[in-house]
Amino acid sequence: MPLLQLEGVSKKFGQVVVGQEITFQLDEGAAVGIVGPNGAGKTSLFAMISGDVKPDAGEIEYDGHKLAHLSQAARARLGIGRTYQVPRPFEHMTVFENALLAAQQGARTRGHASYVLAYDSLSRTGVADFANVSAGSLALMHRKRLELARALAMRPRILLLDEIAGGLTDLEVNDLTSIIRGLRAEGIAVLWIEHVVRALLSTVDRLLCLSSGAIIADGDPKEVMASEAVRSIYLGGKIINTLNV
Amino acid sequence: MIWLNVVIQGVLVGGFYALFACGLSLMFGVMRVINLAHGDMAVVAAYVAVFLTPHAHIPEVWAFVVVAPLFGVVGYVVQRTLIQKSIDRDPFTTLLVTFGLSVIIENLLLEIYSSNGQIVNVGELIVKSWHPQSIIYISYVSLAVLAAAVAVLGLLQVFLSKSGTGRLIRAVADDHEAAQLSGTNYRHIFGIAGAIAFATVALAGISYGMMTEFAPTSGGVNLLFAFETVVIGGIGSLWGTLVGGIALGIAQQFGAHINPEYQVLAGNILFLVVLAVRPEGLFGKRTALA
Repeated sequence: MPLLQLEGVSKKFGQVVVGQEITFQLDEGAAVGIVGPNGAGKTSLFAMISGDVKPDAGEIEYDGHKLAHLSQAARARLGIGRTYQVPRPFEHMTVFENALLAAQQGARTRGHASYVLAYDSLSRTGVADFANVSAGSLALMHRKRLELARALAMRPRILLLDEIAGGLTDLEVNDLTSIIRGLRAEGIAVLWIEHVVRALLSTVDRLLCLSSGAIIADGDPKEVMASEAVRSIYLGGKIINTLNV
Repeated sequence: MIWLNVVIQGVLVGGFYALFACGLSLMFGVMRVINLAHGDMAVVAAYVAVFLTPHAHIPEVWAFVVVAPLFGVVGYVVQRTLIQKSIDRDPFTTLLVTFGLSVIIENLLLEIYSSNGQIVNVGELIVKSWHPQSIIYISYVSLAVLAAAVAVLGLLQVFLSKSGTGRLIRAVADDHEAAQLSGTNYRHIFGIAGAIAFATVALAGISYGMMTEFAPTSGGVNLLFAFETVVIGGIGSLWGTLVGGIALGIAQQFGAHINPEYQVLAGNILFLVVLAVRPEGLFGKRTALA
């Protein structure tokens, strides 16, 4: 049984189509990348999986649970971790408190176990040194790492990463990518939206390309990037259409 | 010595303002809800203390022991139903809904209890005071209310900074969507914050009834002072609320000392000066809870 399964998921915001009959499956421990131009519906797809946005049609199943009637919090507790494109730490709390909250609420741990889990996720993402610093004072790289730590502290079975490498230097991207590869090796499934294609290709073993809310390519990452449909989107032709969206 | 007394009286009344404003500050800090029925809820608490707790054979002076927890439950329910539904629609709806609630409460109270003034009977205590100097009188009731304000704000500060639930309240105040993504049911946490706000407003309402006469329409003017307290002290800062209340109280007492008609005016002037010079308030951090 696949871990995550989308069946005919569609969504419109007014006239803007962000989901057109999206159907795909993702197995336990798999790593899948998502590319596509701005406005293609990538983040909306994450929002529908995490429960932020309700699809107009179609069904999303996770680990045998139909997600439609589950709140965002319930989905998080089932192991769906999500990071935002622009990190959203609890700015007035310490870095440790940020992770602790996820360990207690998301992973349902208590007392000592929650402290260990919170510290562990901070050290795995390399921000344990900042544990007692106010999260609001972190620089972008560390905010992104904290965002990842917070998702990890929930003991996720799948991570939805939204442009986590965006805005970082090459060196920082390499560091982050190796952390994500490590998580994948532990069996956490990854669904990763990214414009930094280099980072994606080194990590994922399957790539989806979204355009105007529809999957236009799905398969081996290198083949998808080389395909006519994807090239025309990035290099011309359909770009005019996507701008209209 | 006269001025010392003015300051002392200002501090005493300021304690009451802080107690009154604490729930308003909490609801705005956490839910971004301006509860326009805040003052009326306080008045309801005073009526409950006067008319209902005697039936339970509880002296009026001890009414808060029952009324505050009762209001906590009411606060949770009102937050989870009426207020949450308005938040889900859009932020301005909360203004309309709480304003409507305020009108309904005032009229219900008028209908049931008439416009006659009432007091929460504290017996002999009302006239007793500490008299350290020739012209300084410190009313025991006012002193008790100030002590209650400091205790409530202090306990709330410790609760928010040290307890797990307090951490959740700070998190949803910061970003309730991100809190949900970490597995937090933010509506429940909003409910808890609503419960605390209502419990404190019950304490404030009963305190008010102990200090002075109240009527169904007393909520409005107190809401105004509560607003001023929160703005002067800084939104979301609990100690700021205490300082804001005391600053407002002292300003009003200075005004009143010059001319009794200037009491409210002096408070309003301080409020406007703070708004102009330091819009985030004396202790404000611009966002979220301190």
